[in-house]
Amino acid sequence: MLLIACPYCGERPEIEFAYAGQAHLARPARAEALSDEDWAAYLYLRSNTKGRHAERWRHLHGCARFFNAVRDTTNDRFIVTYKTGETAPGAGEAER
Amino acid sequence: MTQPFRIAGGRLVAGDRPIRFLFDGRAYEGLAGDTLASALLANGVHLMGRSFKYHRPRGLLSASSDEPNALVTVRRDDDRITPNLRATQVELYEGLEATSQNRWPSLGFDVGAVNDVFGRFITAGFYYKTFMWPRAAWDRLYEPLIRRAAGLGEAPTRPDPDRYAHRYAHCDVLVVGSGPAGLAAAVQAGRAGARVMLCDEQPAFGGALLADEATIDAIPSTAWLDGAVAELAANPKVRLLTRCQAFGYFAHNMIGLVERLTDQLPSPPQGAVRERLWQVRARRVVIATGAHERPLVFPGNDRPGVMLSGAARRYLDGYGVKVGRRLVVATACDQAYDDAEALAAAGVEVAAIVDLRAEPPAAAHAGDIPSFAGHTIARTSGRLRIQSVTIAPIDAPDANAVRTIDCDALLMSGGFTPSLHLFSQSRGKMRWDAAIDAFVPDQSAEAEQSAGACRGVYGLGDVLRDGAEAGRKAALACGFAPAGEVPVAESRPWTGGYLGAAPLVEASRGKAFVDWQNDVTAKDLAQAVQEGFRSIEHVKRYTTTGMATDQGKTSNINALAEVARLTGRSIPEVGLTTFRMPYTPVTFGSLAGVARRDLFDPVRQAPMHGWAEARGAVFEDVGLWKRARYFPQGAEGMSAAVARECAAVRGACGLFDASTLGKIEVVGPDAAEFMNRMYVNDWTRLEPGRCRYGVLLREDGFVLDDGVVGRLARDRFHVTTTTGGVAGVLAMMEDYLQTEWPDLDVWLTSVTEQWGVIAAQGPLARQILAPLVEGVDISPEAFPHMSISVGSICGAPMRLMRVSFTGELGYEVNVAAGQAPAVWEAIWAAGQPLGMTPYGTEAMHVLRAEKGFIIVGQETDGTATPDDVDLGWAIGKHKRDFVGKRSLTRDAMRRGDRKQLVGLLTADPKLVLEEGVQIVEQAGRKPPLTMVGHVTSSYASPTLGRSIALAMVSGGRGRLGQTLYAARPGGDAPVSVVSPVFYDPRGERANA
Repeated sequence: MLLIACPYCGERPEIEFAYAGQAHLARPARAEALSDEDWAAYLYLRSNTKGRHAERWRHLHGCARFFNAVRDTTNDRFIVTYKTGETAPGAGEAER
Repeated sequence: MTQPFRIAGGRLVAGDRPIRFLFDGRAYEGLAGDTLASALLANGVHLMGRSFKYHRPRGLLSASSDEPNALVTVRRDDDRITPNLRATQVELYEGLEATSQNRWPSLGFDVGAVNDVFGRFITAGFYYKTFMWPRAAWDRLYEPLIRRAAGLGEAPTRPDPDRYAHRYAHCDVLVVGSGPAGLAAAVQAGRAGARVMLCDEQPAFGGALLADEATIDAIPSTAWLDGAVAELAANPKVRLLTRCQAFGYFAHNMIGLVERLTDQLPSPPQGAVRERLWQVRARRVVIATGAHERPLVFPGNDRPGVMLSGAARRYLDGYGVKVGRRLVVATACDQAYDDAEALAAAGVEVAAIVDLRAEPPAAAHAGDIPSFAGHTIARTSGRLRIQSVTIAPIDAPDANAVRTIDCDALLMSGGFTPSLHLFSQSRGKMRWDAAIDAFVPDQSAEAEQSAGACRGVYGLGDVLRDGAEAGRKAALACGFAPAGEVPVAESRPWTGGYLGAAPLVEASRGKAFVDWQNDVTAKDLAQAVQEGFRSIEHVKRYTTTGMATDQGKTSNINALAEVARLTGRSIPEVGLTTFRMPYTPVTFGSLAGVARRDLFDPVRQAPMHGWAEARGAVFEDVGLWKRARYFPQGAEGMSAAVARECAAVRGACGLFDASTLGKIEVVGPDAAEFMNRMYVNDWTRLEPGRCRYGVLLREDGFVLDDGVVGRLARDRFHVTTTTGGVAGVLAMMEDYLQTEWPDLDVWLTSVTEQWGVIAAQGPLARQILAPLVEGVDISPEAFPHMSISVGSICGAPMRLMRVSFTGELGYEVNVAAGQAPAVWEAIWAAGQPLGMTPYGTEAMHVLRAEKGFIIVGQETDGTATPDDVDLGWAIGKHKRDFVGKRSLTRDAMRRGDRKQLVGLLTADPKLVLEEGVQIVEQAGRKPPLTMVGHVTSSYASPTLGRSIALAMVSGGRGRLGQTLYAARPGGDAPVSVVSPVFYDPRGERANA
């Protein structure tokens, strides 16, 4: 069972959390200006990263807050967790 | 003498405490401290089981948890029957009843042993090749036969009456294994001040130290052991767990342990916990699980009486048991010479030592025992017990040099294999150490360290030093300064060993077993390689070597080496298969813990559950909720009850527990803006005191949820959702609020369980409620349809909504859940004289279908837009944005041939269509044919006196009046397409 460091509460076991998909996907402010293709890409296209992956978690059975994490998908190691709206410390391209 | 093979001096047994037990119905006597294995050996019993596939007679191979053969069933009473226990781990208690497995009619005479005679036909891949055809025979004939023939023990048929507990623990250092390495590590970490947990599968700490004789820190090793355990026990930061198996290494240093608490007791206390599952999160783990002695692979190496040399030594030193009267020792390792010497000193005749090595080193000192270097075992004889071995020189296997030696036990030692199971489970990387012919841990994936024999460090002094060092490092990593002396002992390194099939095996006709538990021979491996299997993972699956409960503890490395030899590759090139958890089998009971029967899954009961139960309601599961489905009277069936309940709602008044409805309170200065962005509706223009039917989409434009929303104040909305959808809706709202619109000042609160909801629906509802309601004028003028107000009822604070999911005049009384039953009773008392009737979810479904009201998840399936289900009117036309809006403008979402909600009337008014039935345009056509829709809801309508159905039909709203066909197995049924609103299309009744 993974041990996940909620940026608000500290380390907690995985069962307290819900996974919430890829991080840093901002909902387009003016969606009506987007082409159908761009809108479809926002809706459906997600990266399938091998290695460092910026993703969202929610401390559902704790503070109930969403936050971001960078996890290495090859070994499930969490490199960093940080609050929503923040940039990952030492972030790569995918983590801004 | 009742125990002819017992001698005095076993360190683990109490010579003065005899214990009686039964094996296969026969009475025996053993000693307190014995295992079932050692007690049977003391009685001269070697035959303990039949093998998995060939039903060959089998005895003990080992003395510990790596035993592959001696699997037994232990019966405590009719309810407590545990199969597949290793006799080497079953602790003897007075009256123990054990039986052997996989034999019929008896262990000595087993009909299944014909498999052995025809063994050449059931080699590797036999089942894959043979039972292919005919396909239908697999389920009915082959599989049941195979399962019966090739079994381990039989699963118990009655419920497990025992209790099992779960426990979570945190520690700085978890040490797995309490041999010299583990003990030294635990002592060091404990002295440093770390929180330490030490677990061991044995009943006592010490591992090899329990039986061996040595000197540590200038005192006898047993005294050192006692001192170390006493020191740990006295340390309040140390937790000691015996009979506790570390069975799995999970991510981020979570270790699963199972502690056996009562299996060793003659009569466990009533209600005692049988096993405790520990889930330990350790900052550092020290793996000190030792090494497995490796068998030699020669023809006939599985007869009862053939066992590992170290095991025979363990039975002698630990239990005072001689494994035979006249032994032969076959070895390629120095350690076996020591064992032979000890057994000879105890009075056992050692007839010969056979060493595969041409020139054994000086450390391999045979003394007076006849020794044969450069020899191997050509074959063995004896049906239920070994009688003789035939040895031959490896270089010149001609008839003259072959000799046969009588014996009643044959000990073998092919060296030692580090136990890598936990390390492998932790996803650590291994490397091949050519110096000791073994894989050893290399790169860690978790915060762990292996110590001692499990990383190829042999020799007592080295092991103690290695363990102590691991303990110091672990403590240091947790921020504790190590202190204390490292224990000192002499090291006599073990040398030698042999991997793979012994010489001359290929030329022999006999079976040379690699994997005892799965009956895999060297020939099976050769056949697999010959058939083209190269990857060790494929060979493993094809031959089953190293699989099942044993997980290749004694077999893996020999199989690997043999495949390497056969394919002309080195062992590291072939690579190691993955070790699976559990290390040894774990009971379902310990995994389930208390999550059984009533506690298997949470049950949610609405406030009026007890009332409904007392009235004989039939309940249905809706998610975790129990909801009253209908209230039968007398011998009434469901359809009669539902018809009566529907008639009462339409004619008088029905009473319904709607408490399971999801409820979310949306509060804050930006509440209306938030609702505007989430729901399709326009909330800005909804006045406080009014309700609106809300529709929620996903961002892809499809209907996710619906429900009535009441505006209590400018900054306060009472949002209702579907019963099953509320958790998802709240999560989605929180997601948008926290991550997309953190600027909005809004609070979301789940209030589903806080409000009990009593729905009074029917033309007399107002008349019944009016006298009870305080603070709200519920006259039609003051409180029209879709109103919400705050007041009280029977003294209980109330939110009153005038809403209708039935099409009738209706109210939903929201009161605190705890007060709901009393309020319900009051309404019930007031309504009964007027014909008020409780109704359940089934009548609710029929009533709403008569009105064409959809149920999300029944009419919709995640691909329906609001327009598809005739809810386009709900969309706020002047809103710039809401969740899903952009998707609704995509071309595919606006096509005219999308499936749309319609009503269907069958030509035969009695015919109730099956829900899910496909709709086609022409009758009597054979597939393939175009399906234009499907039925989503279908009922016999008591109000209309005929059947009705709702359906999603392609371009449905343009088909009103058309005749289509419902494709049914009994013949296509003509249906006419009509409006989905079957009753009161102008909505006059709800507005009454």
